[in-house]
Amino acid sequence: MKRSAPLVIVGAGPAGLAAAKTALDHGLPAVLLDEQPAAGGQIYRGVGEAGEGRRKVLGADYAKGADLLRVLADKGLDYRPGAEVWEMTREREIFFTRQGAVERLAADQLILCTGAIERPMPFPGWTLPGVMTCGAAQILLKTAGVYPRQDIVLAGSGPLLLLLATQLLATGAKIAALVETTPSENYKAALPYLPAALQAPDYIFKGLGFIRDLKRAGVPWHKSARELEALGDNAVLGLRFRDAAGIREVACGALLLHQGVVPNVQISRSLRLEHLWDPLQRCWRPKLDDWGLSEIPGVAVAGDGGGIVGAKASEAQGGLAALGALRRLGELDTAARDAKARSLQKDFRREVAPRRFLDALYRPSGAFLRPSDETIACRCEEVTAGRIREFVALGCLGPNQAKAFGRSGMGPCQGRVCGLLVSEIMADARGVSPDEVGYYRIRPPIKPVTLGEMASMAED
Amino acid sequence: MPSGSIFARLPEPDRRPVTLFFEGEPVGALQGDSVAAALLAAGKLTFRATPVGGAPRGPYCMMGVCFECLLEIDGVANRQGCMVQAADGMRVSRMLGARGLADSNGPAR
Amino acid sequence: MARDEAEIDFAVAGGGLVGMAVAYGLARLGRKVTVFDEGDLAYRASRGNFGLVWAQGKGVDMPNYARWTRLSASLWPELAEDLSRASGVGLELRQPGGFDICLSEEELQGRTARFEGLRDALGGDYPFETLGHNALRRMLPAIGPKVAGATFFPEDGHVNPLYLLRGLVQAFQALGGRIVNGTGIERILPEAEAFRLESGGRVFEAGRVVLAAGLGNAKLAPMVGLNAPVKPNRGQVLITERVQPFLDHPTAQIRQVGEGAVQIGDSKEDVGLDDTTSPEVVGAIAKRATRIFPILEQARVVRSWGALRVMSPDGHPIYDRSTAHPGAYLVTCHSGVTLAASHALRLAPWIATGETDLPYMEAFSAKRFDLRSVA
Repeated sequence: MKRSAPLVIVGAGPAGLAAAKTALDHGLPAVLLDEQPAAGGQIYRGVGEAGEGRRKVLGADYAKGADLLRVLADKGLDYRPGAEVWEMTREREIFFTRQGAVERLAADQLILCTGAIERPMPFPGWTLPGVMTCGAAQILLKTAGVYPRQDIVLAGSGPLLLLLATQLLATGAKIAALVETTPSENYKAALPYLPAALQAPDYIFKGLGFIRDLKRAGVPWHKSARELEALGDNAVLGLRFRDAAGIREVACGALLLHQGVVPNVQISRSLRLEHLWDPLQRCWRPKLDDWGLSEIPGVAVAGDGGGIVGAKASEAQGGLAALGALRRLGELDTAARDAKARSLQKDFRREVAPRRFLDALYRPSGAFLRPSDETIACRCEEVTAGRIREFVALGCLGPNQAKAFGRSGMGPCQGRVCGLLVSEIMADARGVSPDEVGYYRIRPPIKPVTLGEMASMAED
Repeated sequence: MPSGSIFARLPEPDRRPVTLFFEGEPVGALQGDSVAAALLAAGKLTFRATPVGGAPRGPYCMMGVCFECLLEIDGVANRQGCMVQAADGMRVSRMLGARGLADSNGPAR
Repeated sequence: MARDEAEIDFAVAGGGLVGMAVAYGLARLGRKVTVFDEGDLAYRASRGNFGLVWAQGKGVDMPNYARWTRLSASLWPELAEDLSRASGVGLELRQPGGFDICLSEEELQGRTARFEGLRDALGGDYPFETLGHNALRRMLPAIGPKVAGATFFPEDGHVNPLYLLRGLVQAFQALGGRIVNGTGIERILPEAEAFRLESGGRVFEAGRVVLAAGLGNAKLAPMVGLNAPVKPNRGQVLITERVQPFLDHPTAQIRQVGEGAVQIGDSKEDVGLDDTTSPEVVGAIAKRATRIFPILEQARVVRSWGALRVMSPDGHPIYDRSTAHPGAYLVTCHSGVTLAASHALRLAPWIATGETDLPYMEAFSAKRFDLRSVA
């Protein structure tokens, strides 16, 4: 097995696949590592295997993702699915486990395309079995053709909530309620961004289409919901919430949550890249230049992992990052790179046109960023929001001190789920911006790895 | 709540059936399912009890992020059910609390 | 600069285990204490350490250090009880005796010889034992075939170092102690009968000052006529998922913590101020751990970290008081957990009153390094 490569791409979603295609189009071989068994990222998961029925339910945008997979047939591509990256150094050495064996690779140029994860949506009972993210429900559909058929409640905010609802309707499933938490003031706050968004009107028309379909199907729709609580002892049995009409309860067996997605920064944090706080998207993203390059020479980030831009804009970023890498490897001169970049830059600008509008419209409600004291914040170690606030009262300034005092972020998910949440809770308790509070220091391994696998890093 | 699974499958007759065993009981699944998807489709929502307070948990993210779907799969503890493909004859059980350590010279302790 | 009007008997620079233990000890004696601590991402030996209460092997070349360490081990139950009562936090203290495991016969023999030397220097009072493979296996059934044996010291134990820090903070605050968080002390100006301190754009005045800022002491000590020749030394630690109990005693290399996770160390590297981890060193630690306890091979590591130890030239603590500026004290060591009890219950009274019934406090002065360079 070769131990070094001119270009390694981590993540086979839209950004990673587009980066690979651009590299190969210029004759540069690439290694593409992906954690999942099949390429496409979360947005196009399973698209290579999905049959006609699944594609029909999931819609045309999903089915089109299959075009991106063509690059996998290129002989210059060394595609390694099922690769769990668990250590990456600032010197661009990568350790990963694949089919039970440890492999290592040194990259001249590295493009991280680690995508997005769902923003946690905490409220009492959100840890019960049967409560899942909307993304999880989509993955079930995309990879296995499995869907909840009845007693479904969708709760939260954002385009994915509506998209999933229409996809579930297409399966014939019965939705018990759609509980939107979008605060009513968001509509006004988003209005100034609408003209820019109309430069890419597709997104807006699609959204209006979802709304029309859901209304036509008669899905019970509750708006400006707050004070959510999942009911049940051993599994979810219902959702209680408050809206303009008062407190309501809806029985359910599947409660699907969504309040937007945030960059998956686990690798970029473990590399200790500088991260910037985005106050509108309420998340951190690594600091990058126009080619996605970070402050570490040869380490670039493309796609949602570098800040939420969506699938189409991620494709453009993947191409741009690959052009940057080609330039740094001397495969392209500056003029050639810039010439080739122009159409991608134009694509990018068009695709991100609606972003600020969506960010403002679906900006999460403060109650779910800073949940009530009894709500579990760190699911792994079962640390409540109230505990985190106690640690602030004891003098903890940031999440690393809180982690030391109460174990939040020390479980197997390594702070992925609670990271933003703990920073938000501490910032709120201290009356400062999350930027001032900071984020967990992410330590290797990036994924839990057996001691036996780790021992293989030692030179004999 | 009706008995059985609240999950259903799209009709996909081309996929090959596989059978895995959950807590000793046969569970029908289809080739290409993750273990977590196969169990959910069969109506199994609870995968583990936390080693902290014993609380019941099941799949939350289905993409390898949350570690809520930890299972013992073919004798290996704490595997992410959403990241392992279901296979014929696979033996799967819940993770109840902290894992044991198996010794080649003796039983887990 | 804004002036802080609070009355401060003692200002303590550093809110890690060393500073907090001394501050808690001073507050117990009724002194008005303010601790100055750095922010969330400070280089923190206290957050990264291994959690051993460990006397074994300490002071082989300085018997007074052996005495001081063992005194602390004997005072630990008292400290743990005080902190648990004051803070409501159980410290998970267990002192069942600890093993230092050897993978080779030469290592085991060499260590045994050194311990015998120390036993002679202490007049026979050093109750260690050397165990070969079979004897060790009866105590620790999980050891692998490559383990040669171990030394055992009955006074050794372990504690949850994070709960120790939290317990010290809570107990100190309950006694009226104050912690100024965020910037640490940047400058100290000795004045007649007092010290002027600058921290985060504010000025404080304190009657006396204790430097317990770990590596930060090197910069602060000269401001009050003291010398703290300390350098960073990196230790790397791995921690696994929670597993069922398998290890009843702490070892110098591996211990199972209260909640079931297995903690694995240790390495010594001189790397400067770098608290990252390196794959080769982490791999070597993992390899050694699986040789010691092969059943750990399947245990998953969820976290690793590099923590910076505070090392003096001879590796022993420095306790000093300034003659140029009376009222300024220096406290520095790399065993903040083990020595927490001595620091709170013996060192703090010495600092507060100038008196001690311990004949060897002066031996820990940094002057020992001056003498060495003369000789």
